[in-house]
This record gives sequence, structure tokens and C-alpha cells, in this order.
Amino acid sequence: MLLIHCPHCGPRAQAEFVFERPLESIIQIDEALPDLIHKLYSRVNPKGPSWELWRHTYGCQSWLKLHRDTHNHTIHAVLEIGQTQDGGDA
Amino acid sequence: MSQTLRQTKGGRIDRSRTIRFQFDGKTHKGFEGDTLASALLADGVKLFGRSFKYHRPRGVMAAGIEEPSALVGAGTAGRYEANTRATDLFIYPGLKAVSQNRWPSLGLDLLSGISLISPFIPAGFYYKTFFGPPKLWMVYEHFIRMAAGLGKAPRAADKDAYEHRAAFWDVLVVGSGPAGLAAALAASASGAKVILAEQDRELGGSLLTDAATIDGQASEDWIAAATTSLLAKGGRILTRTTAAGFYDHGLLNLIERVTEPGQAPGADGLAQRLWRVRAGQVILATGALERPRLFAGNDLPGVMLSGAVRTYLNRYGVRTGQKVVLTTDNDDAYRTALALAEAGAQIVAILDSRAASAAGNSLSVRRAQTRLPVHFGAKLIAAKGSAKGVKSAKALIDGQVTNLVCDLIAVSGGFSPVVHLHMQAGGTLGWNETTGAFSPDVSRQNQTTAGAASGVDGLGQTLTSGWEAGLAAAKTLGLKGGSAKTPPACAEADDQACRSLADWLPAPQTNLKKAFVDYQNDVTAADLDLAWREGYRSVEHMKRYTTLGMATDQGKTSNLVGLARLALAEGRPVPSVGLTTFRPPYTPVTLGVLAGEHTGAHLSPRRRPVLYPVHAAEKPIWQPVGYWHRPRAYPQGREDLHQAAHRESLAVRTKVGVTDVSTLGKFDVVGPDAAAFLELVCATTVGKLAVGRGRYTLMLREDGMVMDDGTVWRVAEHRFFLTSSTGGADRMSAHLSYVRKVLAPQLKVTVANVQEHWAAAAIAGPLAKAVVENLMGEGAAPRHMSLGFGPLAGIPTMILAASYSGERAFEIYAPSHQIGPVWDAIVEQARGLGGCLYGLEALEILRIEKGHIVVGGEIDGRATADDLGLGKMLRPAGGFVGATALGRPAMSDPQRLQLVGLEAISGTIPEGSMLVTAKGAVPCGHVTAAGMNVVQGGSIALGFLQGGRARLGDVLTATSPTRKQAAQVKVVAPVFYDLAGDQYRD
Ligand SMILES: [Zn+2]
Repeated sequence: MLLIHCPHCGPRAQAEFVFERPLESIIQIDEALPDLIHKLYSRVNPKGPSWELWRHTYGCQSWLKLHRDTHNHTIHAVLEIGQTQDGGDA
Repeated sequence: MSQTLRQTKGGRIDRSRTIRFQFDGKTHKGFEGDTLASALLADGVKLFGRSFKYHRPRGVMAAGIEEPSALVGAGTAGRYEANTRATDLFIYPGLKAVSQNRWPSLGLDLLSGISLISPFIPAGFYYKTFFGPPKLWMVYEHFIRMAAGLGKAPRAADKDAYEHRAAFWDVLVVGSGPAGLAAALAASASGAKVILAEQDRELGGSLLTDAATIDGQASEDWIAAATTSLLAKGGRILTRTTAAGFYDHGLLNLIERVTEPGQAPGADGLAQRLWRVRAGQVILATGALERPRLFAGNDLPGVMLSGAVRTYLNRYGVRTGQKVVLTTDNDDAYRTALALAEAGAQIVAILDSRAASAAGNSLSVRRAQTRLPVHFGAKLIAAKGSAKGVKSAKALIDGQVTNLVCDLIAVSGGFSPVVHLHMQAGGTLGWNETTGAFSPDVSRQNQTTAGAASGVDGLGQTLTSGWEAGLAAAKTLGLKGGSAKTPPACAEADDQACRSLADWLPAPQTNLKKAFVDYQNDVTAADLDLAWREGYRSVEHMKRYTTLGMATDQGKTSNLVGLARLALAEGRPVPSVGLTTFRPPYTPVTLGVLAGEHTGAHLSPRRRPVLYPVHAAEKPIWQPVGYWHRPRAYPQGREDLHQAAHRESLAVRTKVGVTDVSTLGKFDVVGPDAAAFLELVCATTVGKLAVGRGRYTLMLREDGMVMDDGTVWRVAEHRFFLTSSTGGADRMSAHLSYVRKVLAPQLKVTVANVQEHWAAAAIAGPLAKAVVENLMGEGAAPRHMSLGFGPLAGIPTMILAASYSGERAFEIYAPSHQIGPVWDAIVEQARGLGGCLYGLEALEILRIEKGHIVVGGEIDGRATADDLGLGKMLRPAGGFVGATALGRPAMSDPQRLQLVGLEAISGTIPEGSMLVTAKGAVPCGHVTAAGMNVVQGGSIALGFLQGGRARLGDVLTATSPTRKQAAQVKVVAPVFYDLAGDQYRD
């Protein structure tokens, strides 16, 4: 079970979190149909580092961006949604 | 016979405390400190069970958790635990253990005749049968099912308690042998908080078998001093606790046995505890397991691992044989021979596969040579005997085949470090060709390995390696405590290294069809050779084909012997053959402890609406809806569910009914962009809604399917009230958050989940308006799809005029803590007008009649709004979640399943039935909900039919093969009542 460092709550067990999807599979409201179909039905499942959207559902309920290595589960970064790695907004 | 093989003194058993227990119905005696195996062995019992496939007689092979053969069932009824190792079960008063896999009895096993036909069930038998003609499988199946399988699962429920605990420590040490204790002492002395887990009931590991002098103390005293020191520094020691799994990010599962298998727990009822430990550093001091050797009959009762023979003698005071042959490739077996000789046994021969030049120099070998018959370059060809035990051995000595009379064969094929946890943690292994052992190389997580588990040989080095691992762990954690001095040291005479010289080759005369590699799954060396000849090269494939290492012991003793066999066939070194994956758990874990407290009512929360006690007083039939419990019907007198539901629905159609809708999902959506936000979530028009008005609405998933439905109300210009289904409320809450935070963070809006803030009563029926207006006292009730505010029964309420039943209806919302008086006043009014309470079953009947869809019924995750006949509600301009996906060509296929109504021409439409055009035809649709016409009677249903809207008037058969029911149905529009909608308007 992963240990995820929530920016608000500190290190917490994976059981408190819910995986939402890879960041690149977020479908915008005005997404074009071919892109939507790709994101829904043919998205990649990378082996290696991947940016993912998680939620600390059973904690502070924040949406979080995890930079996680799907091969060995190393978590390189945990950011709030809307925050960039250098601390700015995105 | 009673304890005939017990030594009069010595060992770690308490001879003053006799324990009576039963094995296969016969009463035996043992002593406090005995395992089931040691107590029975002391009583002269040799036969413990029958093997899995061939029903061969099997005895005790080992003295610990690695035992492959002596599996028993322990306990009775709900406490019965199957496949328990007799070597890992400490006896207790009243223990009832039974042997397994024999029929009708252990001594007379009629199925042992399978041995005679074993040539016909070779490796891959199951695969070959599956690929053969199906008829053959029908023949074999009965026979295989009867013969296969080890213990039987109990049928009674387990009444004992299991609990989970989380723990956080600086250092976790797994194993309390000399390495583990030294590591724990060093880490603790450096200031680390240490938790120590030991699967045995005593600390000490190998020291419990081989006493030694450490730091000038008897090992027993050294262990006691170490224990005191660890506890004094705030450490925690868990005995009878197995580290079963090493998971990601430093998490280990420890299984603590509070009771022995089958034993009744104490007053707290606790049988086992699962510890989820996250430690800063983990030190694995898990020791090494001895390997068997290949010779014919190496599975007979009376063939035992050499180290186990010594453990039974030294720890339990049991001499397991009188005339002993030993076969070895290392020095450790000499210690067994010397101990046995000292205890009065006759050593018939020590067969050492090593050449004299390679072996003859060490202290134990030199001591043995002076008084015991030692043969170098010698091997065992076969053990001979029966279910009663070994009678003789056929050996190859100086090139001559020699028969040796014996009653015990002690075997040592070298030692395999216990690397399971290291591998589970993602580590890699290094190979030592000389000793034939894999030991940890690179660690991927925060773990190190010490002692025999790391391939270290000899007590002195073991102590040092543990001590250094403990210091290193503390240093990694940044601790620099002062009191750590020098590593514990042992007397030179006690430092007996194994000096294994791995030799995988059986004697050339060996009958490999009787030379077992995996004892528990009955895999022989000949089976492995056959698999290789049949082309199985990958070790993972061979494992599955032959079932090598797939039994409950996961091949702890056997895997490397099997790998070596494959390597031999390949002509390649062992490491290049590869290893199978090490998976948790290390030893079998009972399902109860994994479930922990989460059983029965604790499996999931039971959510009770605030009016639960009020309903309970009416003695309703309850129905779970998600986690909620809601009244399904309120039977009066002798009514059954259907009679009650019919009466309640009739009351709604003709007078008035009251039901509790407090569990609906409810959300406050507030802010200048509230309308814009809701137009993202809702597929219907929201922005044009006037203040004080509401609308039915649909929420779609991103793939265009309907996710949920509800109503949206404009309470004020920038304030909306959104309802959704009870079961989907949690999902809707997450969805709203996702849309707000991820998709549209720029919108100025807040969303509050107010599901439990508001409680609500729905009033429906021709007299509903009268009920509301009577309670209001003055003024008119809101028009259909309008909202109003006002005190009811003195409580501030919000009144939404919305109908699900098809009648004029209102939902009265009050703060949850204040709903009581409101509910009571409504029910009193309604009853005064001839109305009654109604539950979910009546609601279901009413909504089917109106063709209203429901989440989990028609909203099944596969239906679009158009499939449901609601396509016209959607905003044509799009701009909501799911809009884009509706552009997929498949979404407008005219042959999609479309919602239709079904009227029975004859019979009753079965629930869940298929729609077919003729008997035997491919189904063209299905029934989602079957009900009845409330006022006129008659069977009706809602269902999905391919291209259904173009097939009104068709006659089909609704058939349920599982219920053996069918009905002729006519396809109609999905509304059976008040098509014009006159009933719910003013
Ligand atoms: Zn958090």
C-alpha cells in the first residue's frame, strides 16, 4: 500500500485516497470528439513515470496531482490541482 | 504407547505440565512447550497424513513453518482450521487435531491405490485432460474431485474476533535468532524505537536448537538479557507473529496468533491480530531453511531434515530414531549425528556427498570421524519402508550399492536463505555457486538482511552481521545513540559453520519417479524431467505445468531443488534458469484475520434516516438502498409485502400517501456562476429557470450515458438546490467536486453536500394539496414544479411541488433535527383524510405505471437520454459533461435498446425476463422492472427493446428460463397511467 504525502495532511495510507485518472485523460467540456474517444477508449497505460489525478477522499478531499512511477510505485511529487512543480499556478 | 521416545531430561518443554489432546480421536499426552508434531513423535507416531495426489503415507519432515507434509486440521466447527502444520501448532489442553486427505482412515487409505496408477497421472495431467476430448474429463472429474484437495473448509461461521492495528516504528526486525536479536540490540542501543516480530512462541531462533555461549553467558541467559534490554528501551516484542507480506513504501503485514489454531480465545474473544507496520528501516533476520535431497522414497515417514531431527532432540527432548542414516553435503548434519550419538542413538552411516578433501577439516567432521562411520563421496539411492516408517536405506558407498538397516534417515541438502520478504519488497538476489544459495543482493526498499538470511555462515558471523545491520539502520535514520559498543561474540567451539558444498545430482541408480521434489503437490524429479522434454523451458511455465511450488508451503523446501533439476536438464547454471515470483503471504494466512473487524454488521456502515425510529415503530419491511435502510412497505395485520404495497399504492392513486425521502442526494449550489456551473453538470436547461421554479434534470457521464437524475430548483438568483438519487448521492458529490475543481476552477461557485442537513417527507395523491394547505393554515400550496417556504407545525420548511408517483405531490423539507413534528403533523393529516404511509415497493409500482426511470433500473450505465425517451430534454447547444460523446455514430443507431412499456396479454411478466420474438430466438431486449396496473389490475413492465419506439404494437414473449416463467406481451409506450399528466397539475 502506497504512502502518499498529502500537501495538507502529511503522509497518509493509500486507502484514504482514490485514483481518478491519468492527467492526460482529463476530458474538457469542449473536448473534440476524436480526442474524447481517445481519452475514453484508447488511452495509454504507461510503464514508468506518469502524472495522475488522485483525490484525498477520506481525508481533506483535495484533488491532487501525483507524479508516480507505475513500474515501481515511486512517487516523485504530490501537488495540488492547479499548482505547478515550481510552486506556480497551472 | 506413551512418550516412549522422550528423553528423560533436556529441552525446552516443561515436563511438570502434561497436556492432553486428541489426534484422529485418540487421546495423547504431551508437555507444555510441545508442538503437535513433537508430542506425537514422542509417542511414536510416524504417519501424519496422506499426500495430495498419490495418497502416499507422509510423516514429519521439518520442525517449523516450512513443513510440507504433516498437515492437519485443528479445532472443531467454526474454529476448525484446515492445512495447519503440525510443526507450527503448539499443543493446548483439549486440542482436537485430525489428519487429512485420507479415506476412510489414516491407516487404511483406500485411495492410496492411486500410487499403483501413478504412471497414468504424470506431470501436466490436468492440462492434458483439459485439452483432451471433453468426454474423458467427464469420466475423470468425479475421481479427481474425490481424490484432490487437502483439508476441508469448515462450514460453520468463525465466531472469534480478529483485529487490525497500525503501528509506526523506527526499526522493524523480523526474526529473533542470533542475527535478529543482535540487530535489535544495536538499533535499540543507538536510540531507535524497535519492534521485533518472531513467528515462534519463544525468542532465540536457532539458539533454541543449538545452545551456545554468547558474551560469556549461556545463550538462554543472553536471550533473556536481550529481551529485558529491548523492553527497557521502549521496544516492542511480538511472539507468535509472522511477517507475512512486505508491500510498497515500507509497509509490512504481521500476523499475530493470539490463540493456536482451533483454540478458544480468552474473554476478549480475540484469535489473531493483523499489524500493519510502517517502519523507517526493516531488518530481515529470517534465517535459512534446510533443503531435502533427491533419492527414491525420500518422502517416507522417518525421512526427516537433519536440522529438524536435532531440533526435536535438543528443543523437545524427542529422539526420533534409534538407528540413523544421515545424508548430507555440509557440516551441519554432523552436529545432528553427534547429538544423536550422545543421546544414545546408533549412527549407522553418515553419507557425505563431498570428497574427503573438501570436507574433512572442520571441527565437527573431525570429531565425528573419530567415533562415527563417516563415508565421503557417498549418496543415498533409496529409502525403503511403509506407512509405519523407514526400515532400510540403499546407499552408494565407495562405488558399491550397500543396504543399511535404519529407522530414521536425516537429510541435509544445504540451506536456502529465507529471501521471501526481501523479494516481495522488490529486491534482487545474488547466487553462491558453492553453497547453492540465493541471497539478497540489492534492496529496493528500506530493508537490509542479516544472518543466515543473507547467506552468512556460522554463529560468530551471524551475530556480527545482525549487529552491523542494527547500527546501519539507526545511522540511516540519523540516530547516533551512544551505548552501542561491540557486537556480541560467541565461543569458538560454538561457531560451527555449515560449509555446504551444493550437490544437486542424485546417485545414478536413483528411481526418479519416486524421488520427490515437491512433497505437498507430489511432484517428482521424473515429472520435472518430463516437463522439460515436453518443451517447458520457462520456470514460470514449468511451475504451472507440474504444480511445483504451488501448494500451501509455496515450495519453501523444494523450489531450489526443482530449479536445480531444470538447470541440470538445460545444462545451464541455476541463476540463468530464473526464479518464480515470491508473493505474499509468506505462510498461509486465515481469511478471518484479513477481514479483521470488517465482518457482519461491520462490513459496511448502516445509514439510518433520521426518522428511522418513527418508521421502526410501524414495523415496516426494511430495504437496503446503498448504505441506507428505508421502509419497503408497512404491512397491516396479516398483509404480505405485495398486499401491503398494493394497498399503499392504491391510497396514493385515490387519496393520499406519505413517504420518507430524506435520503435523497441534496446539494446547495451558490454563487454568481451557480447557473453556469449547473449547466456543466446538468444536460437540461438551468440558466433560464425562474426564481422559485424547479425542473426535472439529467446528469450524464463523459461517455454520454445517463449517470443520475434529479431535480434542480432556483431558490434565489444565485442559489440553487439540486437533488439526486439516494444510491448515487456519494458519486454525485464526487462528480460535482470534480467538475468544479478540475474542469471549471474559474467559476465563482461553491457546492455544499446537504444530504443529511435536510430531512423530507413526500406527500402524494389527489388529497396531497389538502394536506399541505391544512398544515399551512393560510395561503395556497405551491404550483407544480414551484417551491415555497413557510412554517409547518411551527417548524420552518421548504416545500417543493414535484411528483414522482404521477399524482399531485409535495416534498416537505425541514432541518433534519426538526423533522419529527413536521412528519407527525403530515401523517396525522393524511391519515385523517383516509391516507397512509407508503414505502419503496409502492413507490416502485407507482413509478413503473408512470414510466418514470430509476437509477439502477433503467439508468443502468448503458442508456442515453434518447434511449430513455428523454432526448428532447437535452440542451441542443451542448456544453455539458457528456455532450460531445453523444456525437458518436453509435449513439444514434436506430437499433439501440430503447425504453418501452410492456403489457401482458396473458400471464404475469416475470422480473428480469428476456424479450424474444419466438421461442429459441436471440433476445432482442429485456425487462427492467415489472409491476402492475394499480387501479385496473393487470401485469405491466418497463423494458429495453432494440429499436423499441418503432415497434409499438408488436407481440413478444417475455421469458425467464431461470424462473421457468414466460408471458405474452404487447409493446406499448412507457406510460400506463395519465398520459396527459392531468393528475399532478392543479
Ligand atoms: Zn489531505
